[in-house]
Amino acid sequence: MKRSRLPAFITLGVILFLFAPLVVLVVNSFNASRFGGEWEGFTWNWYVKLWAAGEVWESLWITLKIALSASLAAMVLGTLAAYALHRFRSWLQTVHHMLITLPLVMPDILMGMSLLALFVLSGIETGLLTIWIAHVTFCLSFVTMVVLGRLQDFDFTLLDAARDLGATQAKAVKKVLLPLLLPGVLAGGLLAFTLSIDDYVITFFVSGPGTTTLPLRVASMMKTSRSLPMINALSALLIASTFIFAALSSRLQRRA
Amino acid sequence: MSTETRPVRQWLLTLPSLTWLAVFFVIPAILVIITAFRPTDLQGGVGAGWTLATLREVQDPAYLPILWRTLWLSGATTLICLALALPVAFQMARVGQHMRQVLLLLVVIPFLSNFLIRIFAWKSLLHPEGPLTKLLIGLHLIPENAVLLNHVGTVLLVLVYTQLPFAILPLYAAAEKFDFGLLDAARDLGAGPWRAFSKVFVPGVRRGLISASVMVFVCCLGQYVIPQMVGGTSDEMLGSKIAQRVFSDRNLPHASALAGGLMLAVLVPMLVVVLWQQFGRKEAE
Repeated sequence: MKRSRLPAFITLGVILFLFAPLVVLVVNSFNASRFGGEWEGFTWNWYVKLWAAGEVWESLWITLKIALSASLAAMVLGTLAAYALHRFRSWLQTVHHMLITLPLVMPDILMGMSLLALFVLSGIETGLLTIWIAHVTFCLSFVTMVVLGRLQDFDFTLLDAARDLGATQAKAVKKVLLPLLLPGVLAGGLLAFTLSIDDYVITFFVSGPGTTTLPLRVASMMKTSRSLPMINALSALLIASTFIFAALSSRLQRRA
Repeated sequence: MSTETRPVRQWLLTLPSLTWLAVFFVIPAILVIITAFRPTDLQGGVGAGWTLATLREVQDPAYLPILWRTLWLSGATTLICLALALPVAFQMARVGQHMRQVLLLLVVIPFLSNFLIRIFAWKSLLHPEGPLTKLLIGLHLIPENAVLLNHVGTVLLVLVYTQLPFAILPLYAAAEKFDFGLLDAARDLGAGPWRAFSKVFVPGVRRGLISASVMVFVCCLGQYVIPQMVGGTSDEMLGSKIAQRVFSDRNLPHASALAGGLMLAVLVPMLVVVLWQQFGRKEAE
């Protein structure tokens, strides 16, 4: 029986559609032409200019600080949450599960808006701390989901076996459960890290003076046409690091 | 001990995330609804006392075209994304293990790339001096002076571009569990490829279809960056208005009234889906 080729062609088309704009960005980051309509010769110029733009690197540093601390917090909270969701069946876990799922479907603008309302009404000044809180909040659900997926494959009789062989509950968790769960926790952490670095909308709502993260910086650079080619160069670097990250986390997921 | 029953341990493990989400997710959402009934103060904050004035302001008929545009753009984006994602998920589930990993990575990378950069990429592609505009003019497909940016069609295109991975991933997860032997059976019984696809495969991945539609539709409802960056002045969506009330007008109660309405619009379809899935589960048992 002959299989239709149509799904394969559509898949190819969709992949091209997804990548064409990114490829054009990367190519244009080496293009001497300002708007990239035509190829006017190879240049490193935009990368040199980007290297000299101190405020971009300052923003990158802020972004990394927030992403690292927020994903660590989300990893701890999310792993505990996933363990509780997996091990217990009760009304508490039904409520817990609903609370974990809702942020996944809440549009960014509503999350940003409601956190802003919280901070304004409680008189907390917006800044690094408020951005960190917001990022932990939206990363938490994603980490929980990834770890929960791992837990569903975990054979809990291994824990009983460890107990039978004389390990205490704490020791069994530390020596058996955590090492086997670690790839899942790390994959969740990597996802949280990427989401945190990427976030623009929620951060925009809860940021204050002096806390311009990288996406906020890119947004303000997009308003001045002088710095447009520099965004090409920055994008190329970011896309390259996304490649590395995606490859890393898919390897982590496969190893488990 | 296959299921643990000790209540203290359960509470200890559940409390951290539960408290966090209660303080930073549930309470803020309630605060938004409450703020819609508060008056504004001149510093851009929230005044004392209660008022229904904001709710009357929000009933301004000028919002109707924006609401309508938000709904049809979100609906159209959802339909286009599903139409493209279904064959992709079908294909991904049928190829070998190695190719599947490669395809998955190819779908995930644009999804993980910076959101602003993906919009920026389209902005420079469609720029009057950009490569796509020049190419299309060169091929005489569009007139010499055509402007591809700042158009409601551009907003739709970029919405589809950014939401497509959200549709592919849940559909792929469903397609992976689909028994492709059923398709061969349908073909053996004389169904054509299209008929087998639409009558056997599509109903088979119903769960994935539902979660993909909800994900895409809900994400679109709250969009404001895309219309702001690639749309014209008359292509605003509901999210644009919320952002404008917060950042330009500094009118938090007004923004809250709009956001509260959007929140209900998101939660009601969610509730329908949850009920539907619970009904489906009972049916399966």
